[in-house]
Amino acid sequence: MQKHSFKLLLFVFSLGLILAAHFQFIDQYVITVIMLMGINIILSSSLNVVNGYMGEFSCGHAGFMCVGAYVSSVLSVILFTKDRIFGAPLLAPDLSLFLFPGVILIGGLVAALAGLLVALPSFKTRGDYLAIITIAANYIIISGIENLDIIGGPRGFQGMKRVINAMEDRLDIPWMLLWVVLGTIFSVWVIRRFVASTYGKGIIAICQDEVAAEIMSVNTNKMKVAAFMLSSGLAGIAGGLFAHVYGYVNPQSFNILKSTECLVMVYLGGMASLPGSVLSAVIFTLLIEALRFVIPELNALAHHLRVIPESYEIGQVWKWVIIPLILILTMQFRPEGLMGARELGDFFPFLKRFYRNRTTE
Amino acid sequence: MEILVQNIFNALQWGSFYALIALGYTLVYGVLLLINFAHGDIFMVGAYIAFFLTTFFLGEYGVIAPDSLAGVTILMLAVPLTMILTSMVGVTLERVAYRPLRDKGAHRLYVVITALMCGLILENGNLALLGASRKKFPELLEKTVWTFGNVSVTNLKVMVIFAALLVFLFLQFVVTRTKTGMAMRAISYDKFAIPLMGIPINNIIVFTFILGSGFAGLAGLLFAMSYPILEPYMGALIGWKAFIAAVVGGIGDIRGAFLGGFLLAFVEIGVVAVFPSTLRDLMAFSVLLIILWWKPTGLFGIAKTTKI
Repeated sequence: MQKHSFKLLLFVFSLGLILAAHFQFIDQYVITVIMLMGINIILSSSLNVVNGYMGEFSCGHAGFMCVGAYVSSVLSVILFTKDRIFGAPLLAPDLSLFLFPGVILIGGLVAALAGLLVALPSFKTRGDYLAIITIAANYIIISGIENLDIIGGPRGFQGMKRVINAMEDRLDIPWMLLWVVLGTIFSVWVIRRFVASTYGKGIIAICQDEVAAEIMSVNTNKMKVAAFMLSSGLAGIAGGLFAHVYGYVNPQSFNILKSTECLVMVYLGGMASLPGSVLSAVIFTLLIEALRFVIPELNALAHHLRVIPESYEIGQVWKWVIIPLILILTMQFRPEGLMGARELGDFFPFLKRFYRNRTTE
Repeated sequence: MEILVQNIFNALQWGSFYALIALGYTLVYGVLLLINFAHGDIFMVGAYIAFFLTTFFLGEYGVIAPDSLAGVTILMLAVPLTMILTSMVGVTLERVAYRPLRDKGAHRLYVVITALMCGLILENGNLALLGASRKKFPELLEKTVWTFGNVSVTNLKVMVIFAALLVFLFLQFVVTRTKTGMAMRAISYDKFAIPLMGIPINNIIVFTFILGSGFAGLAGLLFAMSYPILEPYMGALIGWKAFIAAVVGGIGDIRGAFLGGFLLAFVEIGVVAVFPSTLRDLMAFSVLLIILWWKPTGLFGIAKTTKI
């Protein structure tokens, strides 16, 4: 029973969440924030595989999210909905229920292939040069999609809401929340298994000393390709879910600002710490939402205390000054992030009993 | 033929901006091994400082009588003042954000992330403080256009190209023939031996930032004169592109930065002349990636061997 208690807890929690959403105990805003949290968890933990465990500096994560978002959106619109450009649906809309995970997975696969774009140059370059290559890859992907007029180009692509409606016609439960929860659990499980496997040990070895790892029979090229493809594949899954949550996708929402958000989440949580990146994704999402309410209060207070001139209003844009500032302060005073390179068991010793029965640790 | 010459002139002017910003990246990287991601935003800050200085001298804040100074005089005053003020911004950034981490011996990665975040703060801080409406840079010089057949060249274009060349020659002189320049090159070889030789590292680093940020400020002023609409995010894309150009040229080498900047400009103008202009960024980045793939350390860079 002890061995399965975490999985039971997770199951009960997810079920409770979906039931609460179905019977409308929590409103749509909270549901959207929770879905965004799930997507951020997938993004930050997948980037942690490359930036944290492997020690590279990849700044273009949003590009793979973009690939996954567009591929799964176009596929689901072609397959399940009647669209102005693509015509009648190729399959019955009722099947969207069963095939939706497949569509998201295909988006992830194509994003993993795009990850090869970044993985292959990484054989020859390290550190700063890889940063440039990933940034350039991000810009290339966005620019490439902006030039494809058939899927809307810079105007964006929409139509995914009809897929969700088709699912809800069949059975009326909050489908998108269910898919996001399943996607998050799947991603974190995959990353946990990857890191605890031989591949995981390999990439940690590459991080510490690549030449020594090569001598010690670690096939560095294979490990790097596997890590980059896993990371970008999961980012693609996150992108697909993101596109279906909002029903509209636009290439500029995946630009360097989004990549920076992913970087903030990873480094805030602690490199090479999976619970750290999950925790920091949750905190980051909550912070953005909290600032939405705190900033007007701050504005009222500042006006009341007459610290700022009457005509100036502190707007929401100060959010994007405060968030980088938080990361700068983190880098100054606690550069290893919230959880360093440690796991939850080091902070809460009573949780250590969950780790005791594992075969590889 | 004449289209070619016209495009060459345009590319030379466009490349001058990239070159001026790229050498700021290269100077700081050569000395500190740090990619100063905030440099593109220092360029933007320089443009805004130039805007406020020129509007001040034109009398819009009531201190100086309007029309009392000629356009050329204002330009003569604005160039050194912009460069000095922008250098101060750069040095403040170094002192507040980078030096504490360097003194603590922090890993290079943390300083790079701090640089990235400082860039974001500069952009969004500008947006938050000055608002989203764009500023129009006032006209300072009378535009004279010289035409040779179908090729037209304005005096501003010639000025920009000359400025870039002068800066390059000045920097080559400073780096190769002065003691401070020799210290800068020495730091890039071996950072730990330099204090043993009696060279004050912090002063050299501050000097490097002064040079880099000053010339970014000059680039900002010239850019504002050539394309007079200023907005908070103008530095971001140009900064990234100039950075990639510096790397393609070989980061750490001044000739590399200049060559990289002009190369990027020629690629962009060439792409726009032949293909639809929406493909400009796509093809420019792809060409740069291909060059990096073929020669990973850049065109002028030297491959560094690491001892095991």
